[in-house]
Amino acid sequence: MTTAHVTPQDTAVSHLHPRGSFVIEDHRLPTGKEEVWRFTPIGQMEDFFDQMLERASMPITLEAGPDKAWSWLKPGAFPRGSVLVPVDRPAAIAASEDQARHVVIDGAHADPIRLSIHGDGLDPSAAHLVIEAKPASSATVVLTHTGLARFIGNVEIRVGQAASLTVVTIQDWDRGSVHLGQHEALVDEGATYRHIAVSLGGDLVRLQNNVSYAGSGGDAELLGVYFADAGQHLEHRLFIDHNHPKGVSHVDYRGALQGERAESVWVGDVLIRPAAVGIETYEANKNLVLTDGCRVHAVPNLEIETGEILGAGHSASTGRFDDEQLFYLKSRGITETEARHLVVRGFFSAILARIGLDDVAATLMSRIDKELAFDKEN
Amino acid sequence: MESRGLEIEDLHVSVETETGPKPILKGVDLVVRPGEVHAIMGPNGSGKSTLAYSLAGHPKYTITSGSVRLDGQELVGLSVDARARAGLFLAMQYPVEVQGVSVANFLRTAKTAIDGQAPPLRGWVKKVNASLAQMQLDDEFASRSVNEGFSGGEKKRNEIVQLDLLNPKYAVLDETDSGLDIDALRVVSEGVNRYTAPGDRGLLLITHYTRILRYIKPDFVHVFVDGHVVAEGDSTLAESLEETGYEKWVKAVE
Repeated sequence: MTTAHVTPQDTAVSHLHPRGSFVIEDHRLPTGKEEVWRFTPIGQMEDFFDQMLERASMPITLEAGPDKAWSWLKPGAFPRGSVLVPVDRPAAIAASEDQARHVVIDGAHADPIRLSIHGDGLDPSAAHLVIEAKPASSATVVLTHTGLARFIGNVEIRVGQAASLTVVTIQDWDRGSVHLGQHEALVDEGATYRHIAVSLGGDLVRLQNNVSYAGSGGDAELLGVYFADAGQHLEHRLFIDHNHPKGVSHVDYRGALQGERAESVWVGDVLIRPAAVGIETYEANKNLVLTDGCRVHAVPNLEIETGEILGAGHSASTGRFDDEQLFYLKSRGITETEARHLVVRGFFSAILARIGLDDVAATLMSRIDKELAFDKEN
Repeated sequence: MESRGLEIEDLHVSVETETGPKPILKGVDLVVRPGEVHAIMGPNGSGKSTLAYSLAGHPKYTITSGSVRLDGQELVGLSVDARARAGLFLAMQYPVEVQGVSVANFLRTAKTAIDGQAPPLRGWVKKVNASLAQMQLDDEFASRSVNEGFSGGEKKRNEIVQLDLLNPKYAVLDETDSGLDIDALRVVSEGVNRYTAPGDRGLLLITHYTRILRYIKPDFVHVFVDGHVVAEGDSTLAESLEETGYEKWVKAVE
């Protein structure tokens, strides 16, 4: 294991991405008034940060993958800390964990490397995971979260030159769970990085999924699907820092909401720095509201500091069940419940095709079936 | 034994407006027996489409009185899907897009719902492809999302593919001829004629123009003005409408 002095690159600062710091106290306790916390139900997690001082380390289990690629990193041990500079207090707490899990990917892995985190209670816990894809390697890492937990989880990702890495994070917690954390990737020259967030369970999930580049021509795709049920708050905040030329970034998140106080937050932010000539970026978020009483916050942002780019765009939309659509399906003998199934499955189908992973599609579809089964026949 | 047919009796229908309920259908009486082709013709705003959507159970329309029986079964009060399962089909003037749901999936789901069991897989795909081919749609059409990005003609042909595969006891075609060029009109008409050919199905063809009646011969023609039938006859009535238009009936109700 090599130890290197960590010199994180300059962090860009705006109201959407405050300066990062490893020092927990540098991040003031969120009150809910801050721009980055204004959508989060801080009231639901009043004692959360106090309790975190007495937290346990959350174990991460290697379910499938080579043992030799699975080790530990102390703070300051490269590459730990070279990519992820905590942008908020929870991320700083998880980053201060004494030991971090370290996955090293070398060569081509045909089968997904599977990691799991399973909570068995509400005692606070944290984990810091480092995924290091060596140059020209290729792999898919699937991280599944289940059980009951009050948890902060960081994922720090290095994608080496010309490497190809897909990271899938599935939030399938039991109700009552809280999950915060920062996923931060550094994409090197000619590398391809895909991050796929699937958020279904828990009372409160708030992930900060960020990307920056270590060389030109990096390609990042951030996909997400979520299904918020009554009383659930699912929040995804994305920050893509185009700090090198000729990079590509595509963001596409889709979510459905159902029930009283089901709430989703999607904040997409793309910064195009003066150095980032010839880049291309597009971010999109679509929401399907299935019942009354849901709340959707969709906020796309673009900060453009050079005009010499191939393209930059964004879109965000929120739609409801379309009565005419349901009438059309029902007029063919299809029941109300099944018609709703078809519409919701159809809504997610385009993004599932892009994700292209059968187990992600199966997890989401079974959840949709479970959620919609509560609908009454009409 | 109950009498067979689609029997519409003294049907009154209102829609909700800002100023309260507005009556659109004002006592419609019409019977379609198995094997019969009925055409309903009338000017814009006469309530033809309201009749079609009311029969199918669209929530926008409230049936205030009257009855609709399908082979003796009362449809009023049934849900939209229960009416379809009872044997009623509505080919829509403006078929609706369903993003991400393929034509193949939609057809199989509908067939399963109507029959109460899934169609046998192998034979079914063949049947779907044959039906598409008859409507001059290729196999690839089945993998497209329902009505998404379809041309006007493709939407109407897709309606007739459903008519063919679901083979309902009674079908209502709401201005299926609108927006079709002459070739598409012929293809669609041939599809409808294949549906009625066995002689045990009932068809209610709603149209504004006589053009489609050159291809689909009605046994009965009903002139529809101001929410009810004002004149009835055989196919010669349609021919005379071509010359006189609806004016004399419209004037009579004013």
